[in-house]
Amino acid sequence: MRAADAIVKALEYEGVEHIFGIPGGAIIEVYDALYDSNIEHILTRHEQAAVHAADGYARATGKTGVAFATSGPGATNTVTGIATAYMDSSPLVVMTGQVPRSMIGNDAFQEADTTGITMPITKHNYLVTDEKELLKTVREAFHIASTGRPGPVLIDLPKDVTVADVEFNYPVEIELPGYKPKLKGHPKQIRKAAELIVKSERPIILAGGGVILSNACEELRKLAEAIPAFVVTTLMGKGSIPETHPLSLGFIGMHGSKYANYAVMDSDLIIAVGCRFSDRTTGKVSEFAPEAKIIHIDVDPAEIGKNVRVDVPIVGDAKLVLSELVKYVKYKQRKEWEEKVNSWREKYPLKYKQEGDVIKPQYVIEKIYELKPDAIVATEVGQNQMWAAQFFKVERARQFISSGGLGTMGFGFPAAMGAQVAFPDKTVVDIAGDGSFMMNIQELATCVDYGIPVKVCILNNMFLGMVRQWQELFYDERYSETCLRCKEMSFERIAKGFGAVGMTVEKPSEVEDALKEAFEIDAPVVIDFRVERLENVYPMVPAGASLREIIDEEY
Amino acid sequence: MIELKKVIAVLVENKPGVLARVSSLFRRRGFNIDSLAVGTTDREDVSRMTIVVRGDEKTVEQVIKQLNKLIEVIKVSDLSENSVSRILALIKVSATTENRGEIIEIANIFRARIVDVARDSLIIEITGDEEKINAFTNLMRQYGIKEFVRTGIISMARGSKVVEVR
Repeated sequence: MRAADAIVKALEYEGVEHIFGIPGGAIIEVYDALYDSNIEHILTRHEQAAVHAADGYARATGKTGVAFATSGPGATNTVTGIATAYMDSSPLVVMTGQVPRSMIGNDAFQEADTTGITMPITKHNYLVTDEKELLKTVREAFHIASTGRPGPVLIDLPKDVTVADVEFNYPVEIELPGYKPKLKGHPKQIRKAAELIVKSERPIILAGGGVILSNACEELRKLAEAIPAFVVTTLMGKGSIPETHPLSLGFIGMHGSKYANYAVMDSDLIIAVGCRFSDRTTGKVSEFAPEAKIIHIDVDPAEIGKNVRVDVPIVGDAKLVLSELVKYVKYKQRKEWEEKVNSWREKYPLKYKQEGDVIKPQYVIEKIYELKPDAIVATEVGQNQMWAAQFFKVERARQFISSGGLGTMGFGFPAAMGAQVAFPDKTVVDIAGDGSFMMNIQELATCVDYGIPVKVCILNNMFLGMVRQWQELFYDERYSETCLRCKEMSFERIAKGFGAVGMTVEKPSEVEDALKEAFEIDAPVVIDFRVERLENVYPMVPAGASLREIIDEEY
Repeated sequence: MIELKKVIAVLVENKPGVLARVSSLFRRRGFNIDSLAVGTTDREDVSRMTIVVRGDEKTVEQVIKQLNKLIEVIKVSDLSENSVSRILALIKVSATTENRGEIIEIANIFRARIVDVARDSLIIEITGDEEKINAFTNLMRQYGIKEFVRTGIISMARGSKVVEVR
């Protein structure tokens, strides 16, 4: 069998239903094989978007996303997408074409050292130099991408390998002597953790993206209720507990609510699950939760003790560990602590004021939430992302899709596209900024082409808003190169030019109707909300400051 | 912070690119390699690297954990304590008829071997730990070192402890 056909057959064996990509000379054989397959291929308009779409697909479904690109520029275009997935531990298999084996190293046409370039941003990568290794490689790639701490795996396929004759004998057994993720937590450590929990007077659970990746949301909620403990999340952990749950305090960090940050800082025990204590979450790490003991549950041992000191490390899969841990926990009312946190919650709610005839960006998000609380929400990066995180109450895992670690502008729209491909009947919204949306705007063509009805809500302030906010607060309002004002430009007309539906909304009174109308349309829609240009995201903890040093605005 | 010097043995799958992965990891995470030696083991599908790394306790711990995350790394062992370490060095020393005997005498004391003799130089082969190699090298300076090459450290635990693939 032609190796290219074997690859496609292997993908079918792996249960792949959708692939995002762009063909080219080096991967043309695989595309030829794809022609006869039932796998649906979505032809994106940029390889970066193909990887983001596969990533969004993976985040929305929990399945491994698959992206294709050709050699050289096709492969280098995937880099931002792969790095984004790597930082957020998203399971992907990316296949790239490569020049024929005999030409590797000769600087051939469209040759790039793809495995060299992607080495530090993949969980693992392969250059297939022997067609006999091909199927084993595909099997391993899917296994590695989706198990342990998930992540992107790249397979580089020299063109002559894809035309070679191979026997289709798809391996079931995997032999990876150096890869054996530890899933079961150490019983002694789990009991030690339980002891700390029982003793604690001010416990708090910090849930990260790992809870979602491990499908441990139910176990997490049960633990929170059994203790009982308030739950804060990282940005990536949004959805690990319903944000309407009485124990949920939302997300912490740079733009987390005051009450959530105060609760963490004042706690005497942090039960951290599947998070990596990033600087955006902890603030100044040496002053993070000074009185708290820390229990850290993570499947990746290298995360434990990397950024913060840990009292009880538990290496293991969140789902397995939490379901064990809950058995040893005793219910204990902690009235004083509860009242304290709840009083903060009442005193310092997230707020903004919609007044006058200019739209506040937060108002748009509240309206989206009111109308479609069940929507899958992808975000771009910057102010739009933080307002979405603050004002859209996420109910379930995999509902909120955002580039947390790498902070990739241009991620949201293609990621929303990927999520929509997985769930054609759900409402999928991309909450965008005008700066971010422009970075992958070409995907409007893909959406129109395939009838992918993503709703793009641009909070258009004609600025690179988050950078502008920093310039306002810390650089004396010297707005160096952050103004995107372009009076002649209209996202509405651009959308229409692509064949999508475009709208412009300038008045607060029109916001709701525009959204209602958009949600009724079974086609891609771009709504250009002209919002207050100088609105800032508050509260805010300046970079490098402790989570207690919160800048807020009086309303 | 106290800087530690650790000797780490790393068993890896003998595949192309493994060395690049390991060195890329050290570069990317800002770890310092003092010395690195690589070779296959008695099994041709397994190579063994001996890496000497410098850093505080936390850094060294991260080095070990991050190495363990590499798919092709089979095992990482700390051999800093209670182990035998060896370096092999080749030193080309200037020698005249007058001092040749003297140099050979010193070499003998260090159990070094003369492996090449020319009209005006000698090549000396010496094995030992870092201290011994340094001591010998310093003694040879007075005669004039024309060329010097040494391997990285290789190490093995004393006693019954074995670093092996399981």
